[in-house]
Amino acid sequence: MLAAIAFYVFAAVLVASAAMVVTARNPVHSVLFLILAFFNAAGLFLIAGAEFLAMILVIVYVGAVAVLFLFVVMMLDVDFARLREGFQRYAPIGFAVGLVLFLELAFVLWAWTPAPEAGGLRMHPQPGAEAGLSNTEALARVLYTDNVLLFQAAGVILLIAMIGAIVLTLRERPGTRRQVIAAQLARVPGETVVLRQVPTGAGLKDLGILRPPLPPAEEPEALPEPEHHGHGGGHH
Amino acid sequence: MSVLDRTARSMLLSELLSGMMLTLKYFFTKPAVTLDYPYERYPLSPRFKGEHALRRYPNGEERCIACKLCEAICPALAITIEAEPREDGSRRTTRYDIDMVKCIYCGMCEEACPVDAIVEGPNLEFATETREELIYQKEKLLENGDRWEPMIAERLRLDAPYR
Amino acid sequence: MDAFLASPAGQVAITFAHALAILVPLLIAVAYVTWAERKVLAAMQLRKGPNVVGPFGLLQPFADALKAIFKETIIPAGANRVLFLIAPMITVTLALIAWAVIPVADGWAAADINVGILYLFAISSLGVYGIIIAGWASNSKYAFLGALRSAAQMVSYEVSIGFVLVTVLLWAGSLNLNEIVRAQERVWFFIPLFPMFVVFFISALAETNRAPFDLPEGESELVAGFFVEYSTIGFTLFFLGEYANIVLMSAMTTILFMGGWQPPVHVEPFTWIPGVVWFILKTLFFVFLFIWVRATFPRYRYDQLMRLGWKVFLPLSLFWLIVTAALLKLTGWLPA
Repeated sequence: MLAAIAFYVFAAVLVASAAMVVTARNPVHSVLFLILAFFNAAGLFLIAGAEFLAMILVIVYVGAVAVLFLFVVMMLDVDFARLREGFQRYAPIGFAVGLVLFLELAFVLWAWTPAPEAGGLRMHPQPGAEAGLSNTEALARVLYTDNVLLFQAAGVILLIAMIGAIVLTLRERPGTRRQVIAAQLARVPGETVVLRQVPTGAGLKDLGILRPPLPPAEEPEALPEPEHHGHGGGHH
Repeated sequence: MSVLDRTARSMLLSELLSGMMLTLKYFFTKPAVTLDYPYERYPLSPRFKGEHALRRYPNGEERCIACKLCEAICPALAITIEAEPREDGSRRTTRYDIDMVKCIYCGMCEEACPVDAIVEGPNLEFATETREELIYQKEKLLENGDRWEPMIAERLRLDAPYR
Repeated sequence: MDAFLASPAGQVAITFAHALAILVPLLIAVAYVTWAERKVLAAMQLRKGPNVVGPFGLLQPFADALKAIFKETIIPAGANRVLFLIAPMITVTLALIAWAVIPVADGWAAADINVGILYLFAISSLGVYGIIIAGWASNSKYAFLGALRSAAQMVSYEVSIGFVLVTVLLWAGSLNLNEIVRAQERVWFFIPLFPMFVVFFISALAETNRAPFDLPEGESELVAGFFVEYSTIGFTLFFLGEYANIVLMSAMTTILFMGGWQPPVHVEPFTWIPGVVWFILKTLFFVFLFIWVRATFPRYRYDQLMRLGWKVFLPLSLFWLIVTAALLKLTGWLPA
């Protein structure tokens, strides 16, 4: 009874917020409704007893993917006047595309017959439940024991896609100077700082304290050294 | 320093830890310099420039002769003076306003005053709840003078050798 | 009485009592963490800290709360009103509901769920929403910059936190927080997993936007970052949320690495002290560590923050995960 009420509440909010995702004027509101939809989907998973899936849905989709969506969408400068500008002109085309999609979906539904074993599978208990396995362990068994090769293959494909994306966008820019953190960390005070007592008016040159020699200029068009150094460098 | 040594040091966070040990040392050091302000105070210099006051002569006559030098010299244009002769014929102010919000407490008014009438006293606690209260009228300034006169006189005496 | 407790109304009442039993001590603790932070920072900077309101300034948090509550609420004209008001509520709610699964002593959790650690991870990864929404809804440059920094920062550090959690799970063999603590009966996980412990604590600093990773609110660059436009109760809620998150992260570190409610050694004088006291002591130690770190280190530069997250912590935690998995498999210590 309580579960049924909860199911209908979650389902209704899920559908309503999904509708709001596509109808909301402000894209940021769309993303926020999308997040609400994810939450309600997680709630439905919880009701179905799949607490692991519910948590993963929240962690992956709400905690990471939607944050990046929101990140991008917030940066958009939405101009509603310009958005509405072409509405009249493109409305017939949009309507036609929508109609075609709708008809296709209708055909699919009309021609669709459920697989004969599907009804039985729906009522199938969670694998391993009789052995006292939680659904996390059951899921892990399916993924990492029964279908480990498929799982690994999917992982490798994702890795390749990731490396591909990096390769496509990585630019080598010659001439940029990068911070070398290791070199900075390797510096110790003893090698870089000298503390000396300098008598008043004695100057620095006589004490043999000069600036360390500058590294040879990398650019040939470097400015010539000015003649006068001022009195900071110890040249007189 | 060898690479191994350096890696070990950065992995074991040795520099972070030595920094944290320093703050921990200070955590157990008793603070020695903080004063409990309303109960303890630093000594004020005789030249401290605090709240303004208009002084009187010992016989009760107000010192200000409405020469308007202070108004003229005030860099923040905080002083407004209007003057006319009193019944006995002496030149006196009818209005002497200082906008304490505009005032920058530079002390030029007291330097300019030929009769030591306007002075900046030792009081530094004159916060108010409204802005309006910070626009001082002549009455308020004279009242300040009456209240702080002993301290103002002492400050002038201490500072006199250096003027 | 028993009949009432068994009825649905009784169940609701029990849940309420559970929630109160957690939230009331928690909120008092949060109030005093703000006091402790000011006192500890003051001591480390050779100042005195709050010492006027009540003995040792102990009533200062309440004075501050009263002051903030009775001030006028200001909503900027260009702000998105609804989101502007919701954002602080999201922050503080998320910081509080995470406590539902924290076992403060053996079995003392309001909800002892199977996937407790995933729940905690999910809730902590949601914390970024309060900040992003606040930054966007304020319609202010500083707030928006703070929100963007926060979004990138929290997503980056969650990755390494995730790997750290997986490593702990390998040792514990359960997603249930109670089971994780019980698995540390012989040895606390911070000993075999020391690098992971360090990575987790530093990531926790980044996750709670604490110094030296307080770029979302970096006051020298962004005034107050994402909550510039907030005053009074909204500000108070963000403040509460931040400190509740600190206590939460300290509790998480305690549970995952410091053996939760377990005494250091199971011998006579230590076992007399109840588990909840051990838990509180350990959590307080980490809260102190949070404050101590803030007193010690200057703020990171943003690109260095990203470098630390992606180029140091991610490979390190991945490497240690593989090493741990291999070690457990080869030695046969893998929990059943």
